[in-house]
Amino acid sequence: MSESPTAPLTTADGVPLKTSLRRAVRRSKLKAFLLVSPLLLFLVIAFVMPIFDMLWRSVDNPEVSSTLPRTVSALEGWDRESLPGEPAFAALVEDLRDGQAARNLGLLSSRLNYEKSGMRSAISRTGRRARNLEPPYREALIELNETWGELDTWKLIQREASPYTLSYYLAAVDRQLTPDGEIVKVPEHLEIHATLFWRTFWMSGVITLMTLLLGYPIAFLLANLPLRYSNLLMILVLLPFWTSLLVRTTTWIAILQSQGVLNDMMVAIGVIADEARWQMIHNKLGTIIAMTHILLPFMILPLYSVMKTIPPSYMRAARSLGGRPFLSFRRVYFPLTIPGIAAGGILVFILSIGYYITPALVGGQSGRFITNYIAYHMQTSLNWGLAAAIASILLFVVIVFYMVFNRLIGVDKVKLG
Amino acid sequence: MAVPSYATRGERIWHYVFLGLCGLIFLFLIGPLLIIIPLSFNAEPYFTFSDAMLRLDPAGYSLRWYEDFFTSSAWLNSIKNSFIIGIASTVLATVLGTIAALGLSNRHMPARGAIMALLISPMIVPLIISAAAMFFFFSKIHLAQTYLGVILAHTALGIPFVVITVTATLSSFDTTLIRAAHSLGANPTRTFFKVVLPLVTPGVVSGALFAFITSFDEVVVVLFISGPEQRTMPIQMWSGIREQISPTILAVATMLVILSMLLLTTLELLRRRSERLRGMTPG
Repeated sequence: MSESPTAPLTTADGVPLKTSLRRAVRRSKLKAFLLVSPLLLFLVIAFVMPIFDMLWRSVDNPEVSSTLPRTVSALEGWDRESLPGEPAFAALVEDLRDGQAARNLGLLSSRLNYEKSGMRSAISRTGRRARNLEPPYREALIELNETWGELDTWKLIQREASPYTLSYYLAAVDRQLTPDGEIVKVPEHLEIHATLFWRTFWMSGVITLMTLLLGYPIAFLLANLPLRYSNLLMILVLLPFWTSLLVRTTTWIAILQSQGVLNDMMVAIGVIADEARWQMIHNKLGTIIAMTHILLPFMILPLYSVMKTIPPSYMRAARSLGGRPFLSFRRVYFPLTIPGIAAGGILVFILSIGYYITPALVGGQSGRFITNYIAYHMQTSLNWGLAAAIASILLFVVIVFYMVFNRLIGVDKVKLG
Repeated sequence: MAVPSYATRGERIWHYVFLGLCGLIFLFLIGPLLIIIPLSFNAEPYFTFSDAMLRLDPAGYSLRWYEDFFTSSAWLNSIKNSFIIGIASTVLATVLGTIAALGLSNRHMPARGAIMALLISPMIVPLIISAAAMFFFFSKIHLAQTYLGVILAHTALGIPFVVITVTATLSSFDTTLIRAAHSLGANPTRTFFKVVLPLVTPGVVSGALFAFITSFDEVVVVLFISGPEQRTMPIQMWSGIREQISPTILAVATMLVILSMLLLTTLELLRRRSERLRGMTPG
């Protein structure tokens, strides 16, 4: 009955088993992929493409090359030592005439104005009069607006003729290019973004630390109580987690503002005088308190799920071997919870640096995050390139932390509720 | 968490101090949510307890902010919008997410880790970045300021929740049941509806609830890509908090807290049902 060991195994219809298996696996792979593909396609259109479009926008620089094509080609081979010759001026006048007729000088003028103040008015004024200018254009333009007589203006046009630019990224970290292409700091009164990035990071660090300090005991308690109690107490953690973010922010406004519940209480019991109410909101403190509250469940849940896996006998063993309570905790229990601390810490930190709503509502001027400046440049200053650059930097930071998180814990281990 | 019999007196004291500390932290967690409930019945237009309220004088309490809410066309309209957008995006996210989760839980799924990371990314990328990106892109393809645009955006944001909960349910799904169904003569469609679906339904429903609440509570993306017609309830609250602070917001907040209590209860019941179905003891 024994088969020869060299004969390949075959299925009933004579196909070698290996081939048949491979086929089945391929079919199964294809089927799995087909099931995932609608969602993948949807997400690529609705989410991935927008993100790439934004990354593209942060380096995209079409204004000069598309509005001033003749000027750009007239400047080719220019020595950058003295003002360009008449042909460049003539080309500029022609480009501005076309631009004025097509009404697309606005984008150009604001783009160049980011780099050199005064460009907006120079372009719009020259654009309006370009039709009536007579040669020689060099003298006519300089007489009309002396910006055209400056070497830096022409260097700027030549530099921005490139279809890509890094100047939005430089602006996002408070740097700018000099006309000669060196990177320098912006004047001190214009420094905003670097400060805000820094503030976002250190305040998020403080918030992460606060959630850890408050979350650790709670997670410990929940993990060590009998199930019937811990399930009940878990609701107290999950309810805030499930409650609208705006509701939680509103309630902190009601509690912390100077005519709010906490101050009224303190005045009523005589801790503080009516005139000396605590300023707890619309500053850094307000942001930290509200965000600690909002993000606390994100720290407690991962800590809890790690602590749940630590057998209580470890602590008892440590004690029976003569470890004092604190020492046993520090040397035995605490090291075992480090994965939970890492998971919760990274999660809270990532969520915190991207928060917009809460800092905007309770942060005032001093407690704002860099996210608030993304919104500002999107909606108020309308410098979308800069908004895209700031968002891209923030995205990069988040992705780095996300990859660390993924490496340490794995996204598919994320549990909800 | 009882104190062991060998504990020293210091440990006993520490034990009670620890419990007290935990009590304070729980108060910090839950107190703010509870405090707005009585505040929303304030008869005065303030965000704090009036003297009359503290004396428990009925005149200090009123339903005027609730009345304000239910008679304001702006608020009611925003609720309608929130439901339209929330339900549409939940249905889309749940259908797409569940089908994808079936593929993802297949043992032979190629590039599983990378695809999973991509599908989860809308949950990790900060909302303000998604909002900015969608605003740029959707204005280009004329989806900004339309219902469809907001629905698609919210679907993308809800998908990670559906994918996570349904794959988690499927990972503990016993696949021999499918083979058993086949061997008993059921075709794949019948097997899916009679065997697979009843077992994964709790996971699908809780994923859908997550997706719905994500949309229902979402401000940032709507703030950027919606027009005046698509004002949702969170937007109405947001502008209410920023512009004219009126206790109507507290009434809305109270109703939302109650909604989240209901939701939490539903989820807990679903979880128990799912565990019972799989023959695990609840707990």
